[in-house]
Amino acid sequence: MKRVQFEHSAVPYLFIAPQIIIIVIFFLWPAAQAIYQSFLLEDAFGLSSQFVWFRNYTDTIVSASWLQAAGFTIVFSTLVTFLSLAIALLLAVKANEVIRGASTYKTLLMWAYAIAPPVAGLMGNLMFNPLIGDLYQGMNALGFDFDHKLDPYDAGFVVVLISVWKQVSVNFIFFLSGLQGIPKGVQEAALMDCKSSFRRFWTITFPLLAPTTFFLMVINITYAFFETFGIIDTTTQGAPGGATTTLVFKVFQDGFRGADIGGSSAQSVVLMLMVLGLTVIQFRFIEKKVHY
Amino acid sequence: MAQVELKQVRKTYPNGAEAIFGVDMKIDDGELIVFVGPSGCGKSTLLRMVAGLESVTSGEILIGDRLINDVSPSERDVAMVFQNYALYPHMSVRGNMSYGLKNRKMPADEIERRIVDAAKMLKIDQFLDRQPNQLSGGQRQRVAMGRAIVRNPQVFLFDEPLSNLDAKLRVQMRIEIKRLQRRMNVTSIYVTHDQTEAMTLADRLAVINEGQVEQMGAPMELYSNPRTLFVASFIGAPQINLIPVSFDGTHLVNGDLKLAGFSDLPQGTELVLGVRPDVLRVDAGGQFGMNVDLVEQHGGENLIYGSLGGTTTDAGEPLEICLKAAQAMLPAIDDQLTLGFDPDTAFIFRKDTGERLK
Repeated sequence: MKRVQFEHSAVPYLFIAPQIIIIVIFFLWPAAQAIYQSFLLEDAFGLSSQFVWFRNYTDTIVSASWLQAAGFTIVFSTLVTFLSLAIALLLAVKANEVIRGASTYKTLLMWAYAIAPPVAGLMGNLMFNPLIGDLYQGMNALGFDFDHKLDPYDAGFVVVLISVWKQVSVNFIFFLSGLQGIPKGVQEAALMDCKSSFRRFWTITFPLLAPTTFFLMVINITYAFFETFGIIDTTTQGAPGGATTTLVFKVFQDGFRGADIGGSSAQSVVLMLMVLGLTVIQFRFIEKKVHY
Repeated sequence: MAQVELKQVRKTYPNGAEAIFGVDMKIDDGELIVFVGPSGCGKSTLLRMVAGLESVTSGEILIGDRLINDVSPSERDVAMVFQNYALYPHMSVRGNMSYGLKNRKMPADEIERRIVDAAKMLKIDQFLDRQPNQLSGGQRQRVAMGRAIVRNPQVFLFDEPLSNLDAKLRVQMRIEIKRLQRRMNVTSIYVTHDQTEAMTLADRLAVINEGQVEQMGAPMELYSNPRTLFVASFIGAPQINLIPVSFDGTHLVNGDLKLAGFSDLPQGTELVLGVRPDVLRVDAGGQFGMNVDLVEQHGGENLIYGSLGGTTTDAGEPLEICLKAAQAMLPAIDDQLTLGFDPDTAFIFRKDTGERLK
């Protein structure tokens, strides 16, 4: 076959230039900086630095506080991803069945989408305030010995709750449109083939939602890893005793509060590799089970 | 196998729109009934009410002796073939066919036996492990039928199953459906808007118009003895020629056109004369003239279209008329033909009620 040859011109490059420039300035350059700095040890005032090879990495990975943050991040991300997907799916399935006032339900359920994570965190902060917070006092009135300032599990509960609440609306929108994309005929055929609506959901609806679920899983894991920073920063700030410190929050703490640029850069590089690995796993193994 | 009975079945949607106005019908065991009508007439709604996909507002639907108004669709012992096949996209052909049986807790060897039998019958046995998106339209249609057949239901429901296929495949599948239905002898209801499909498939035909059954009977009965103007105009291709006329005591009159040979008709009411294209013939001693403006050659026969001399419609144009003629009859454009017909073969309807008078 003969290949069509276009005249070389700068125009195509011009078209992709804005995207390329953004990637270079906001991703490649900072990433390169992080890799470079992760090999340096700097004094507290940033006046001198020295090349230390992998010492920042070895220091990071063996440190108890990093391991604690890594452990919390895994538990936290799993909980946030699973719960926000499950609750959103349940709400979407139920909202999809509603006929009267459907648009009102949908609008109300999507509302929280408009709230930025730090704002969600501030709202959570108020609700869990020991003096005026309804949720704090309600929990104690119900007989739980609830104190998220002291108890690591209670603190974890607070950040998971706020993170899930904030994310459910996003997932809800996608699940709802996914549900509406399932052909009506297929649903009716299933209605004639299977009596149990529970079984129908797991054998027909859920498999057909798999592309949506997979996409949302990727989005939600990223959210739980990175975007929940705003929520943690405005509520627990990693306390008590680092029990709610995620890896991203620790990067920020060590780098900007602790002025350990080298160590914090090493942590970000490790984090970057973790996310890379996670993405590869997701696309390699899970996507194979998804029917588009 | 069972008979199906509809008693004063009505459907009103929650917003007040009425779709079905009291349908009574008895479908015999093993019969193939076709619901035919224009789009929006309620034929699909009626079928979906039998399937259980639409609720019944009032009236009774019985399969065998069982009242099924409030029985869930999966327990009515009916199987449906959908217009767009509605195959489960994430299951293989085998999975599609076995799904309904597994849910009914049928033993695996029995399921496999039924699938193999149905697949052989439909010539899809080499595709059993394919996914639906790897099949052509015709093959998907067969799988959809296979999914219904393995259920071995008391009633088959077909909702315009051939309308997504190309013309050639449609004819082929039509013949196959008829053969299968004959062979399995299962009571079937088939919905279509295509009158050829309706005529060729049906044991009996129900012409549905605006939520009511206009007439029900054998296809030829409806063709040669339509009870209303609607049935006459819906059944038959090419469409029956309809000529608005009035009766002056001796002749049917439209403008300069006067037709003798009619009697005992009401005077002063608007009438419609219906003449099938195949009873019109070229006849030098005929009653009216036609100015040819189009000839369609169909091979064995020609359809000649033209305007009817001396007549005008409300829009002031001459009436269009169609004549079915033999292959040898090939007039040129603008030729004048003189046509005639036997008054006994024509129908006369009241224009206002559509009721047939003669």
